[in-house]
Amino acid sequence: MLRVVLAEDAVLLRAGLVELLTRGGHEVAAAVGDAEALARAVDEERPDVVITDVRMPPDFRDEGLKAALELRARHDRLPVLVLSQYVATAYATQLLSGGGAGAAGLGYLLKDRVGEVSEFLDALRRVAAGQTVLDPEVVRVLLAQQDAGRPMGRLTPREREVLALMAEGLTNQAIAQRLSVTEASVVKHAGNIFMKLDLDPAEGNRRVLAVLAYLRREAS
Amino acid sequence: MSARPSGDGVQPVAVWEALRRPRRFLLSAWPVRCWAYLFSGSLFGLVVLASLVALVALGVVLSVVGVGLLVLAATAVAGLPVARVERRRLRLVDPVPLPDPHASLPGAGARTWLRTRMRERATWRELGYAVLLGVVFAVAGLGVTALLGFSLILLATPGIVALNSGPVMIIPGRAVPGPLAGLPFSAVGLLGLVLCAYLAGLLAGAQVRTAWFLLSSRDEEFSPRVMELTRSRARLADAFEAERRRIERDLHDGAQQQLVALTMTLGLAQMELGEQNPAAAELVTRARAEARRALEQLRDLVRGIHPQVLTDHGLAAAVTEVALHNPLPVTVDVDLPHRLPGPVETMGYFAVTEALTNANKYSGASGVTVEGRLEDDRLILVITDDGQGGADPSAGTGLAGLADRLAILRGRLVVSSPVGGPTRLRVEVPCSA
Repeated sequence: MLRVVLAEDAVLLRAGLVELLTRGGHEVAAAVGDAEALARAVDEERPDVVITDVRMPPDFRDEGLKAALELRARHDRLPVLVLSQYVATAYATQLLSGGGAGAAGLGYLLKDRVGEVSEFLDALRRVAAGQTVLDPEVVRVLLAQQDAGRPMGRLTPREREVLALMAEGLTNQAIAQRLSVTEASVVKHAGNIFMKLDLDPAEGNRRVLAVLAYLRREAS
Repeated sequence: MSARPSGDGVQPVAVWEALRRPRRFLLSAWPVRCWAYLFSGSLFGLVVLASLVALVALGVVLSVVGVGLLVLAATAVAGLPVARVERRRLRLVDPVPLPDPHASLPGAGARTWLRTRMRERATWRELGYAVLLGVVFAVAGLGVTALLGFSLILLATPGIVALNSGPVMIIPGRAVPGPLAGLPFSAVGLLGLVLCAYLAGLLAGAQVRTAWFLLSSRDEEFSPRVMELTRSRARLADAFEAERRRIERDLHDGAQQQLVALTMTLGLAQMELGEQNPAAAELVTRARAEARRALEQLRDLVRGIHPQVLTDHGLAAAVTEVALHNPLPVTVDVDLPHRLPGPVETMGYFAVTEALTNANKYSGASGVTVEGRLEDDRLILVITDDGQGGADPSAGTGLAGLADRLAILRGRLVVSSPVGGPTRLRVEVPCSA
C-alpha cells in the first residue's frame, strides 16, 4: 500500500483517480486542485509518491511540473508521477533534467493511460520503488526526434527498439520476450547502445536509462 | 496588380521609351497607334467640350427654375464617364491599365452616390481632365491630324497627277506638270509624315502623363482606406485567434476530461469484472477502446485548431509535435532564439500544418522538411517536400487561404513548385506588426 498525494484540477478526473487508487489498495492522503496546495499537502503528509497533472491553475501552463521539481529538490528522492494531456518532449526533458536525484523515481505518463488501470497502478508502484517510467508514446516521440548526425543517429533500428523498451523500464528478459529474441542478444544490443552513446555502464544504476542520460545531456 | 504611381513619373511612359530608338519607332506600329489615339482623342474631346458647354449653359439658364442646379451637379460628375472612356482609350498606347480611383459603392442610392462622388477629389480632377481634353488635347490632336493629312496628300502627289486629267496645283497658281515633277512633293510629304510620327509620339506621351496625373488614384486618398481595411482585418484575425483558443480550452476542460474519466471508469469496471464474467469484460474492453479512439480524434481536432503545446512551449515544440503525428516522415529543424508574439506563433503553426496537409494530400512525397529561423525580426519558415510538385496557390483553397491569413500579419508566402518537384514553401512573418 502506498500513501499518495494527488494533484489534478479537473474535479471529475480527480474523483476518478481517487477511486481508482483506493480500489487499487492505496491510500490517498490528499487530493488537491492546484500546485500550491500540492506543495502544502506534501510537506504535511510526507507521501510515498506524488501524482500530479502538468497543467494546473492559475495559469494552466506547467505549474504541476514546476511544483513537482521543487518538491523533489526539497524532499530527497520523492517519487513523482506526472500526468500530461499530450506528449511534449519539452516537459519530459524539463522533468528528467531538473530533478536533483536524477531520473530515479520519476514517471511521465499520458492521461489516457489511466484507463489501463492495472498498467497504471503498476507504473505507480515502479515509480514509488525508484524506477523511471516513461509513457511508450513519449519514448517513441523522443527517439523519433533524434535524427541522423546526432549520437542517436548512430544506433541501428533494433538498438533503438531495445532502447525504447529500456526507457519504459523493462528488464532485459522482458525486452527479449517483447522482441522475440534471446536475452543474450538483448545484452549485446544494450552494450552497443551504451558504447555508442558514450555511457559508462558502470556508472550509477545499471539500468539508468540511456535515453534519459542522453536527454539530460541534450538539455544541458 | 500594378498600380500607377500618382503621376510623378516614377514609371516611364511606354511611347517615350519607344521614341528613344527613332528608327525602330518609325517602322513599328507605334506611329499608327499614336495617330489613332490622338485622332480618336480629338473627336472625343470635341464631343466632351460641346457637351460640357451645353450642360453649363443649360444649367445657368435653368438655375432660375431650380432644376438647373441638378444639371450643374450632373456637369460636376461629367468627368466620371469621360475618365472611364479615357482610361480605356489609354490602353491604345500604354500596356498597364490605370485603376479606378473611386471608392466602390455597391448598392448605394443615387443621393449617396452623388454626395460621395462630389466629395472625392478624383471627381474634380477628372472634370479638369475632361476640360483639358476638350480644349488643349483636341486642338493639338487635330493639328497633328491635319499635318498627317497634308503629308499624305503631298506623298501621293505623283499618283494624283497621273490619275487626274486636269492640272493639279499643290502651290496655288503653279500646276505640277507631270507625275515625275510631283516627286519632290512626295519627298516633302514623307518628311512631313516622319515629323508627324515623332510629333504624335511626343504628344501621346504627354497625354499619357497627364492622364496618369489626373485620372489615377493618389496615395493620400488611398492609404486611409487601406489602413482602415488592414486594421479591421487584424481585428478580425485577433477575434478568430481568441475564438480558437477558447474552443481549445473548452474541449480540453470539457469533453476531453469527460472522455478520460470515462476510460478510467471503464478500466475499473474491467478490473472488477475480472474473470467472473469474461463476456461482459470483453464488452467493456471494447467500450474502452472506443472511448480511447474518440479521445484521440478529439485530440487531433484540437491539434488542428490551437494545440496546448503551442501556448505552453512555443512554435518549435508545437511543430515537432505535429510532425510526429504526420503520416509522412517530417524532419524538423526549427531553431528560434526566443518565444515569438502569440499571433506570429499561431500563424507559423498554421502555415506548417497547412503545408503538411498539402504535402500529404497532393504531392506524393516521401518526406518533408520544416526549417524555421528568425532573421531580422522576421519568422522564416521553409517547408520542402520531395514530391511531384505542380502546387498552384491559386487552384487549391489551402494555399490561397494561407496567403490570405499571412497578409493580415503583413507576412508573405512564396511557393516554388515546378512540375516534377520539389515543392518549396517559404513563409515570412514579421514579428513587429
